[in-house]
Amino acid sequence: MSETITIALSKGRILQEALPLLARAGIVPEEDPAASRKLVFATSEPGVGLVVIRAADVPTFVENGAADLGIAGKDVLLEYGGQGLYEPLDLGIARCRLMVAGPAQARETWRHLRIATKYVTTTRRYYAARGEQVEIVKLYGSMELAPLVGLADRIVDLVDTGNTLRANGLQPLETVAEISSRLIVNKAAMKMKHQRVKGLIERLAAAVGCY
Amino acid sequence: MSETPSSPTSSPALDNCWENRWLLPEGVDEYLPPEAERLEMLRRDLLDLFFSWGYELVIPPLIEYLESLLVGAGNDLDLETFKLIDQYTGRMMGVRADMTPQVARIDAHRLKREVPVRLCYVDVVLHTRRHGFALSRNPLQIGAELYGHGGIESDIEMLRLMVRTLRVAGLQHFHIDLGHVGIFRALAREAGLSADQENVLFDALQRKARPEIETLLGSWQLAVPQRRMLGALVDLNGDAGVLDEARRLLAEAGAEVQHALDNLAQMAEAVQCQLATIELHYDLAELRGYRYQSGVVFAAFAPGHGQEIARGGRYDEIGRLFGRTRPATGFSSDLKTLLALNPGPQAIPRAILAPPWSDDDTLRDLIRRLRNEGERVILLLPGQADDPRAMGCDRRIVMRDGQWTVVPVDAREGDG
Repeated sequence: MSETITIALSKGRILQEALPLLARAGIVPEEDPAASRKLVFATSEPGVGLVVIRAADVPTFVENGAADLGIAGKDVLLEYGGQGLYEPLDLGIARCRLMVAGPAQARETWRHLRIATKYVTTTRRYYAARGEQVEIVKLYGSMELAPLVGLADRIVDLVDTGNTLRANGLQPLETVAEISSRLIVNKAAMKMKHQRVKGLIERLAAAVGCY
Repeated sequence: MSETPSSPTSSPALDNCWENRWLLPEGVDEYLPPEAERLEMLRRDLLDLFFSWGYELVIPPLIEYLESLLVGAGNDLDLETFKLIDQYTGRMMGVRADMTPQVARIDAHRLKREVPVRLCYVDVVLHTRRHGFALSRNPLQIGAELYGHGGIESDIEMLRLMVRTLRVAGLQHFHIDLGHVGIFRALAREAGLSADQENVLFDALQRKARPEIETLLGSWQLAVPQRRMLGALVDLNGDAGVLDEARRLLAEAGAEVQHALDNLAQMAEAVQCQLATIELHYDLAELRGYRYQSGVVFAAFAPGHGQEIARGGRYDEIGRLFGRTRPATGFSSDLKTLLALNPGPQAIPRAILAPPWSDDDTLRDLIRRLRNEGERVILLLPGQADDPRAMGCDRRIVMRDGQWTVVPVDAREGDG
């Protein structure tokens, strides 16, 4: 049985920073995924393919064996659960922070703070661990607007440079988690395609080492 | 109600409306012909297999008091279990999410035999949440347990029976993953980890999250050899070479760890000689069922299926909680998963259509005889369209030369 390996990753910053890493591990897609509308790519290594999908879908693909390996942000793993997965390697790419941010002058309030975020589970856990009861407003984007229009007191979102925050009169307040991309591995693939998967993990580990 | 909605997704009000009353709850499935038949056939085949190995069938209740259902189990099983209040006592009852504790209760509290006891079971369990992909919230759990023998021989019997079970279910390609929860447990104790530390490390180990594991171990006050050995677990997976590697890396660990490694080696040897075609994989950081398992653990993986398809191992502690310490080992699987993994041949209709009910004794005798021979005979009802194919019949009974005769259904007949 010839073993094929599928690696799932997402468009945007992760793809951009993962490609050089994969290249150093000897895996180069046959055309540039960022410039193509295709979703599946063969690579320079026989039997190794890439699929390019939405970031939040990467754990789902890998957990269910639709892909053997994947590259996913720690934010996605924290939020959507990485329980059925292995995450053996911190690739150190797409670094940023998951942060609480809010207006520079926060009003004191007696009621529960309202937090706008797309990271509902992570936010609930974060505040529960601090012993604080909050109300969470689920938004899909443009979090920074929520405090300005009175939809929320604070937001929890990824912060890279902080420019978007400042442009909207917000400032970073607390760090919820340091984020970087992780290599994730399907449990069954780790066992049944062990030689090949472990080999890939080692090559990627070496590639990260010389980053 | 007079206006039909323009699109099925047009209004959330329709989610719970009268017209959608046929919708089943999420993750709750039912089986229709012919899949239900195949499921039942598989159930019978497996019960016959267990019977032939000396495993006696038990049928525990769907519902019982929570304290009993959750004995020795961790928080996970608690979350998985549907609960309700008993109207007679005001006590909390649970709908079982796992039958193993029930079967352990039966062995420890009901049977109380001195000899080794072999029990098997197959029945519906309910899960509050769906875990994994395409997995039902009402799986059909099937399993076997062996009580009263603490040696490696009963673990080997269990593993062999699990392999037989998968074979009877028609699976050819699968891997077996072997581990031992005693290794991590003993290392954690030797290192003096608190319960919280053990939990956090356990969670990171399950995800093989090496960066997290290194950070955790680095942040705790641990002796150097203990820190190194706990850190080594994450990489101790692979082929048989892993056991030698473990001997080397865990050489400074106590007797309990060495004993666990001996156990695993014996198990591996037995499997290699008795189940030569099985692909074995070792993983000393895989601690499935850690809360109640106590020794060797094993699981089966199939290609294209991201989670294990069957699992088992030793759990010596549960009997004590029911008042009688008994070594125990067993395995379980989900019949629906096994069925889905083996699509099987497309069922071809095999039945005989008989003419409408009549007073003719010879016809009734013929029908009785055919049914006794195992044929499926379906009576045409008066006023019904005479279409054997639509009734799933490949033959029919006709009067020919003054005799009732079984003849193949004419291909053209289905059209007319």
